[in-house]
Amino acid sequence: MLTNEEVAQIIINQFGESVTDFDDPYNLLTCSTSRDQIIPLVKYLKEHPTLKIGFLTDITAIHYPDSVGKEFCVVYHLHSLQNNFRIRIKVYLATDDIHIPTMIPLYASANWMERETFDLFGILFDGHPDLRRILNMEEMDYHPMRKEYPLEDATREDKIDALFGR
Amino acid sequence: MVSEELDIANKNLPAEQGPVQYVNELTTLNLGPTHPATHGIFQNILQMDGEKIVSGEQTIGYIHRAFEKIAERRPFYQITTLTDRMNYCSSPINNMGWHMTVEKLLGVEVPKRAQYIRVIMMELARLADHLICNGILGVDTGAFTGFLYIYQERENIYEIYEEVCGARLTTNMGRIGGMERDLSPTAIRKIKELLVRFPKVLAEFENLFNRNRIFMDRVVNVGAISAERALSYGFTGPNLRAAGVDYDVRVMNPYSSYEDFEFDIPVGQSGDTYDRFMVRNEEMKQSLRIIQQAIDNLPEGSYFADAPQYYLPPKQEVYKNMEALIYHFKIVMGEIDAPVGEVYHAVEGGNGELGFYLISDGGRAPYRLHFRRPCFIYYQAYPEMCKGLTLSDAIVIMSSMNVIAGELDA
Repeated sequence: MLTNEEVAQIIINQFGESVTDFDDPYNLLTCSTSRDQIIPLVKYLKEHPTLKIGFLTDITAIHYPDSVGKEFCVVYHLHSLQNNFRIRIKVYLATDDIHIPTMIPLYASANWMERETFDLFGILFDGHPDLRRILNMEEMDYHPMRKEYPLEDATREDKIDALFGR
Repeated sequence: MVSEELDIANKNLPAEQGPVQYVNELTTLNLGPTHPATHGIFQNILQMDGEKIVSGEQTIGYIHRAFEKIAERRPFYQITTLTDRMNYCSSPINNMGWHMTVEKLLGVEVPKRAQYIRVIMMELARLADHLICNGILGVDTGAFTGFLYIYQERENIYEIYEEVCGARLTTNMGRIGGMERDLSPTAIRKIKELLVRFPKVLAEFENLFNRNRIFMDRVVNVGAISAERALSYGFTGPNLRAAGVDYDVRVMNPYSSYEDFEFDIPVGQSGDTYDRFMVRNEEMKQSLRIIQQAIDNLPEGSYFADAPQYYLPPKQEVYKNMEALIYHFKIVMGEIDAPVGEVYHAVEGGNGELGFYLISDGGRAPYRLHFRRPCFIYYQAYPEMCKGLTLSDAIVIMSSMNVIAGELDA
């Protein structure tokens, strides 16, 4: 069994300063890296003889419109089936430069996950062979999961939270 | 005509006639969106060379309902109804998975009795899910009888749901912190009756299919996928286990006291349609074992946690008890705030690892909620699995993968 500290130490030894923000919320090792290092990091975790973190569980994104310079966060969940160890890797991107390399050469499953993330958040995965919308229709010209598109009609006054004391 | 055939044909022709130039044009065939064999609404655009599938492309999103967006405005307890509608063949698993995610975030400890009841409900849901999948696989190969044999059992499972929560399909039986109600004596009796009857029905079903020559001709070595490719495509659940990888979330990351129960993980070898069918059949037997153990050792005690600020109180209490009325009001009006944090919780759904990634900013609704839907992730392997096979094979492969449209699109 690997512990979070051991894996974090292995990553720090290999990547040094380029992997930061180590944390373990609810006992799941979380770290951040830059978009230049994400592919080498995931490749390293996959090919490491003892870590063997070789299963891509999920790719998704989060929008933080208020944090300037890192509005978008792409989140990768990886899993080592041999060691039963999960890790979460985050990459922060700015709105005016939302490019990130694709993960398809490493994992075939990344294809649709990246298409979904592009569809909902507009994140551009460089090198993706078929970066199209997947859940919404092709004619849509915006990315609906961004926070600037509220779910409910903003002009309606009966739904303002303040009226309910919130 | 493929090139080798063309060469042979040209060799046999007299020289003066010249080589044959004829090459088949590919036919584009739309399988779906509303085709009974797609079991939902999604489209497969297949390029066919005669009867052979050369390539395929899927179009999904026909029932995309934007659950992740809706969830950003809903208080935590209201999101259960969204999860119901993902894999609607086994909605209790989705419910319980979601409640466990929120409980993890809130730090609520669920009593043993509630955990056992959850296990029973989740395993009943798995039975119902696998019954549908295997029964329909029979229908898709042309054998309606098997489906009729086992469909009654699904009905009986739905009656148990009805006894527990009042609903049949979109069950909403869990609450944050436990269950809505305790198991009634009638529910326990019905579960015990099911445990006696189900193995017989399953044996009958297996007798009909397992060594059936026609069935085996249709499914053995059809749609095989290697363990390596299956892992690369993100397969989980019975589809991955059929390829020979014994990965099961219930064993690897036990939740809701699954560690208390003894059960095996059935594993296939070749990852073909027959193995997927057999793995699901074996899993049903294991589910029965788990239910038997849970009902035999059902602990005494409360069926909900002592967390009044999160657990929606029983309605009878609300009428009599002032505290319950206050908490009921606060929860229903969405006054409870969750702590800041991010949680990933996975459960073994009917089709594989169903994950909930929840980010809370301290508000009454999630800041971001993402569902890791197993169907969505593995369905992209479908064209690769049916390449070079015939259309009738494509139907059984889709059927045996158990692609549920509600979960595919979310």
